Amino acid sequence: MNDQKLSISGQEALPPLSIESWQHRHVLDLDDFTRDEINLVFEIAEAMSEVIARDVKKVPTLRGKTIATMFFEPSTRTRSSFELAAKYLSADTVSLDSVKSSVAKGESLIDSLRTLQALGVDTIVMRHPCSGAPYIAAQNLETSIINAGDGCHAHPSQSLLDMYTLRRHLGDLNDIKVVIVGDITHSRVARSNIWGTKALGIKLTICAPPTLLPHGLQAMLNKCGLDHVTVEHDLDVAIRDADAVMSLRLQKERQQSGLVSSIREYIHLYQLTTQRLALARPGAIVMHPGPMNEGIEISREVAYSSQSLIEEQVTNGVAIRMALLYLITGGKIR
Amino acid sequence: MSPELLIKNAHIIDPGQSIDITGNILVSQGKIKSVGKDIKETGIPTIDASGLVACPGFVDLHCHLRDPGFEAKETIASGTAAAAHGGFTTICCMPNTNPPLDNLAAIDYVNGTAARKGAVRVLPVGCITKGRAGKEITEMKELSNGGCVGFSDDGSSVSNSRIMSLAMEYAASLNTPIIDHCEDTELSRDGQINDGWVAARLGLKGIPAAAEESIIARDIALARMTGARLHITHVSTAGSVELIRNAKKDGISISADVTPHHLTLTDEAVLRDSVKNGISFAYDTSAKVNPPLRSQVDIEALIHALNDGTIDAIATDHAPHSAEDKLCEFDAAAFGISGFETAFGVLMTLVNTGKIKLTTLLACLTHKPAGIIGGKCAATGILKPSSSADIVLLDLNKIWRVNTHNFYSKGKNTPFNGVDLKGSVAATIFQGIFAFRDNTLEVTG
Repeated sequence: MNDQKLSISGQEALPPLSIESWQHRHVLDLDDFTRDEINLVFEIAEAMSEVIARDVKKVPTLRGKTIATMFFEPSTRTRSSFELAAKYLSADTVSLDSVKSSVAKGESLIDSLRTLQALGVDTIVMRHPCSGAPYIAAQNLETSIINAGDGCHAHPSQSLLDMYTLRRHLGDLNDIKVVIVGDITHSRVARSNIWGTKALGIKLTICAPPTLLPHGLQAMLNKCGLDHVTVEHDLDVAIRDADAVMSLRLQKERQQSGLVSSIREYIHLYQLTTQRLALARPGAIVMHPGPMNEGIEISREVAYSSQSLIEEQVTNGVAIRMALLYLITGGKIR
Repeated sequence: MSPELLIKNAHIIDPGQSIDITGNILVSQGKIKSVGKDIKETGIPTIDASGLVACPGFVDLHCHLRDPGFEAKETIASGTAAAAHGGFTTICCMPNTNPPLDNLAAIDYVNGTAARKGAVRVLPVGCITKGRAGKEITEMKELSNGGCVGFSDDGSSVSNSRIMSLAMEYAASLNTPIIDHCEDTELSRDGQINDGWVAARLGLKGIPAAAEESIIARDIALARMTGARLHITHVSTAGSVELIRNAKKDGISISADVTPHHLTLTDEAVLRDSVKNGISFAYDTSAKVNPPLRSQVDIEALIHALNDGTIDAIATDHAPHSAEDKLCEFDAAAFGISGFETAFGVLMTLVNTGKIKLTTLLACLTHKPAGIIGGKCAATGILKPSSSADIVLLDLNKIWRVNTHNFYSKGKNTPFNGVDLKGSVAATIFQGIFAFRDNTLEVTG
């Protein structure tokens, strides 16, 4: 980091924390993030939130930089969030739609990414249906990679925005209790949040039917020292005293492949309802990474209640992604 | 071809005859002439094998030569050269080629090509079902007459139990083993690695132990019913070992093999901390193999099973792939490890750490696998006068670093690249001539 300041208009906007402490060339997951690093992202995101709130949402911070979004899997939210984040920072963006080429083409992944690198892109924001794909990219490229979701593995920017949202409402997150309920097996959001909550000292309860939990989960928690996580099948038990509850999307295919007996029973056991929410702490926060299946994993009433921060999560997502793009693409020295 | 060869001062270990002496081996006309302490011949080509172990050439019940059909991965020529480099003189190649080895013409192609270009003996394994599709059994009698030493749909299980029982009845009448890849593909569907903590950690779909064990249990029942000789290949779990152990106690005609990688690596190999470009890489496709690398508990059970004889043989499951088959997304990467050229060194880690005895290891690489094949393999895996002069010379003390650039195999896909091993193959003699010789080993006379 040179002595360049975070040039967000003329206002005092330099984060109080030292940016020299930023060591990441890529953002692949949160498993290698410290509490200080996450807090640094939050500090910068605060400044970015202020930019987003303005009438003219544009700062010149990343002028002359190019950011590519490369999505091998359909996505509207995450992609537009990253693209807007880049545009608000005055970066040029290029977006590649590679859904068709997804798996089974062998080296084509590295080839396509190398082409982007040769075109002079500074940062690649990448989503891929295969767990680990951004790691292959980072191993074979010089360009910085931001993982916008890989298979069932990780979705670091989502986890950061989840915790940023919590922090904006609850302040100190140490020792708060968060519940994540839903299809954990297929959830990159849940996996990244396991690491993010560990770094921030949050107590996490994971709640799902046994068929939607990875078999090796408990062994993983033991092996990786993730003793802040508890696993509970009964949502009515899990939700007790929770400061926040995050509901995950249940994809309809899960029923077809037999992982849940019926949508009806899933609703009965796992839908986040007003009644269930009443078992949490009064005023507990409701979150959802989207897109929601209203009436399946979450009732409409809860989704649009005063406790729901689901829309704010979306707005905060832009601020978090601006912060990540700034830290990765911004005043770095190579 | 040199008609005669004398190997002198070797530590001769032939587990099939309980020979463990320091002495000489005289080879003549491609056959063993004599083995003993008092052989004195002069004026013929001679190797001073002082400090080396001489034992029967290794016999591999399970490998993939990829020829015909996938010659970019391996050919019969490159695969047999790799086998010789690894100490193997007899290898059984699996039929998942293109076309598959489900008809006599394909078997003839393999036999003919191996005779012309092969560095070692190739014994083809024929398909259990036509096109490996699991629907109709192959013309097993004809394939057997054409030289097939076993039947396997390796890579897939025969999921239809009725078809499998028919195949076993047929194979029983030919006294030819079924070499059984046991995998319930419903349980293993989309699976990438062992269904354990690493799979949970990396967000990869797991392959549970029960996928293997449930089919082993079924096929033991079918073997009981049909009297077929059932050989379970690449056993990977503790539960499988227990099933096989009990079946043997019950008098079922069953045998089993295990690979060097399942004996030495766990699923954590996928997490191998290779740091490149400043990031640690946790999705090592070189450790992606089917059946998957399991847990330490499984490794202990497999080693125990070698020691108590529940598992009879060690087979490489040499599965070469081209670079692009592995340099891709983990889900898209091919299953398999190129195993010939690391097998002995890797297995010696078990001997060097006192987990198994050298004689047990060599038995599992020589007369025991030869015995499973039976008839067509009877004169191999043993250093008996008039048997084929298939001999491997081993340097137990040589420390070397695995470097895939030195592989004869086209497949450089191994999780052992860069690993230091103690114990190497100094020379491989097939039918009396060198199929591989380390250039430090001199022949005089």
